[in-house]
Amino acid sequence: MSTQPTFELDGFEVPFDDGQTVLQAALAAGRYIPHLCYHPEFTPHGSCKVCTARVDGRTVATCTTPARAGMRVESANEEMDGLRSTLVQMLFAEGNHFCPSCETSGNCVLQALGYDLGVLTAGFRHMFPVRPVDASHPDILLDFNRCVLCELCVRASREVDGKGVFAIAGRGIDKHLVVNSESGRLADTDIALGDKALEVCPVGAILRKGVGFSVPIGSRRYDLRPISAQALNDAPRTRKEPP
Amino acid sequence: MNELRRDATPPEPAVAAAVERRGRDPSQLLQLLRELQEHYGWLPPAAIGSLARELRLPLARVRGVASFYSFLSMEPAGRYRVLFSDNVTDRMQGSTGLMTEFCRSLWLEPGRVAENGLISVDTTSCTGLCDQGPGLLVNGRAIPRASPERLELMRELILAERPVEDWPAELFVIEDNVRRRHILLDAGLRPGEALAAAIARASAAGPESAASARSWREGIPQGDGAALAMLREIEASGLRGRGGAGFTTAAKWSACRAAPDGPRYVVCNADEGEPGTFKDRVLLTSHADLLLDGMTVAALCTGAREGFIYLRGEYRYLLERLTATLEKRRRTGLLGRSLLGHKGLDFDVSIHVGAGSYVCGEESALLESLEGKRGIPRNRPPYPVTHGYLGRPTVVNNVETLCAAALIAVNGGDWYRAVGTPKSAGTKLLSVAGDVARPGVYEYPYGVSVREVLGDAGARRTLAVQVSGPSGTCVDAAEFDRRIAFEDLPTAGAFTVFDDTRDMFEVARAYAHFFAHESCGFCTPCRVGTSMLVGILDKIHRGRGSLHEIEEMSRLNPVLQASAHCGLGHTACNPVIDTLKRFRPAYERHLTKLRFAPDFDLDAALGEARRMTGRDDPGAHFTGEG
Repeated sequence: MSTQPTFELDGFEVPFDDGQTVLQAALAAGRYIPHLCYHPEFTPHGSCKVCTARVDGRTVATCTTPARAGMRVESANEEMDGLRSTLVQMLFAEGNHFCPSCETSGNCVLQALGYDLGVLTAGFRHMFPVRPVDASHPDILLDFNRCVLCELCVRASREVDGKGVFAIAGRGIDKHLVVNSESGRLADTDIALGDKALEVCPVGAILRKGVGFSVPIGSRRYDLRPISAQALNDAPRTRKEPP
Repeated sequence: MNELRRDATPPEPAVAAAVERRGRDPSQLLQLLRELQEHYGWLPPAAIGSLARELRLPLARVRGVASFYSFLSMEPAGRYRVLFSDNVTDRMQGSTGLMTEFCRSLWLEPGRVAENGLISVDTTSCTGLCDQGPGLLVNGRAIPRASPERLELMRELILAERPVEDWPAELFVIEDNVRRRHILLDAGLRPGEALAAAIARASAAGPESAASARSWREGIPQGDGAALAMLREIEASGLRGRGGAGFTTAAKWSACRAAPDGPRYVVCNADEGEPGTFKDRVLLTSHADLLLDGMTVAALCTGAREGFIYLRGEYRYLLERLTATLEKRRRTGLLGRSLLGHKGLDFDVSIHVGAGSYVCGEESALLESLEGKRGIPRNRPPYPVTHGYLGRPTVVNNVETLCAAALIAVNGGDWYRAVGTPKSAGTKLLSVAGDVARPGVYEYPYGVSVREVLGDAGARRTLAVQVSGPSGTCVDAAEFDRRIAFEDLPTAGAFTVFDDTRDMFEVARAYAHFFAHESCGFCTPCRVGTSMLVGILDKIHRGRGSLHEIEEMSRLNPVLQASAHCGLGHTACNPVIDTLKRFRPAYERHLTKLRFAPDFDLDAALGEARRMTGRDDPGAHFTGEG
């Protein structure tokens, strides 16, 4: 396998397979690039822009940029981390994120990214949007206040569950998550407890009722290891077999 | 038919008819929503539900598309929906005061529907009537030159409930206002002349074209010859895209042509949304045959058999006229099968009408919209030339680019290249508006200076010119010798002039509102950043600004530049950064504190309590603010 093409990431050589994006190849090689809306099981769509890095002089989202042999990627530096911090701050300022009272605290990707990047405040004026929760479903709670519009639930419901329970409506700052029912309420959709869409929310927007504190705060996912270490654990490390 | 339907709810008759007319095709979703909006005046839940069932799409997806476009409304709008164009030029022509007075005379609040459901009044992004503004849209029909008299007439017509179709035709007369012509506006070609010239070029084609590996279409007498000969002329002409990005047209067409076999498409981007631009309006109104010849030449070069004109919703009033032009060309062998009698040379064009979204002017967002989806720019690569409309090879060209291609077909690439500058061949149409005596469309060879344009248009005491609209560049008097060209001041066509009575801070603030309104919301930096920018500028406008706000804006700019998903986000801070650099005193005049002023005004917050208690004595006021 010595013929495998490689690119350079912060001075390290990263091998990649045809079809892999920069972020996928980096994670597979054990190199962390901070990211939020990317999930190894779904088609990358590149909306959060947290994984932005400088590739051959241009700043691009690495989750959607196809890897090419010989490209030069600069990611772990002050400029890129500063950019990512600002993007994370923007997300904190956009929604209503109150970590101390959130049952996802410790399991939340946004919070974990904030800690990892040294984000101490939202940095911008909070927008305090008014977003009612949807508690109509007996087993699932939708708290739109915490939605970061990563569209993972949209992708999971469409790509894995084959349902289209979630969709995006509105545009600009009014963009928001909606569910597929006449009433617009989750209880009237065909969502089921086994759906992939329920598992993928990186923040506390889609919650199973009744299990919120079954794992105590302090021993949760990102309480144990920072997200930079967890993400490498989660990434597919074995290469795809050639067809 | 019945066995296809899963549930028993009968479809809305208007929905069923529209869906049938458009072949039950889900990619027609946006066109269907637009037609239903015209039919009902809004999109009632029953119609949306029926449409989702008929097209077998998830209801949430249909709602998602409907909520993306400004002209589609899922809440009842007034039976007369009046939208005031809100470009900065409209404001300079008094649109704000006119709208306030119009609302007052109807006992109406902007943005609200009248109690009796008769009328609603609101603003909309630039409608492309800057040379004869303020512009209006009434139930989607464009009205120029709003004035107290014309609005009074409209008010009477609305109160009498006269259908808009029966309003005096004079209200809807839109002038071309062509002030300066050069090779394009003066071309005077017959319909089909450019196509005939392109086909004739085959006879001059050398043996290399016959040896070309790719056969474009069997049965054409000339084989590949015409296409290759024509492409060579486009290459020789040095033609670059007129929509702003300036990509080399020949490279685009060649890449599409070289893409793997199968259907391919030619798309004309007539979504002229950049505030202050209106030159495509004139081309679409008075030079539609030249455009269609250009599209057909593009089809010949790329091997496309199908084309689309993506017409911005604001130009909906041109639909009937353009449709008639298409019909006439079909009758005269210039569209459809066997063009000009050449067997196998087929090309036809249909028109897709937008529904109010600036970002759809970005080519990949335009393609999404053409496929009936939300207008979100795609990830690239792959590019439209290989993966465009429905994933097929597609060229997307601006109206003006395609018109220029038609000229090149007739006169050749060398002829075209002789006009303009070495790096910017040909001419450029400018949409000149704002503080000038003679607003309108001016055609210049590339290389013309800002000063010369200002002189021709009769501008006096000019403070600044916004070249290429808010996403372009703002230049001040020290830069008026700069030239309109790809190598100096590239432009998509807007040329908006401000004299020394204008407050450039307010100009920048208006543009910032525009970008926030038009952001598609897909990526974090643009969705949140454009809104934050508006928040900061509005705070300064309220007299609560300090250096803190200036620094905050300077901090947002590099984030949007570096990480936004498309050009809208990349350039969204330009108007602020440009004017801060050149007109800093305009900002400083609005600042009240050096370091920081809180936005929260305690005394104002007590206002409600004062109203409720009927007090206004000194004790009911908070004066201790520091």
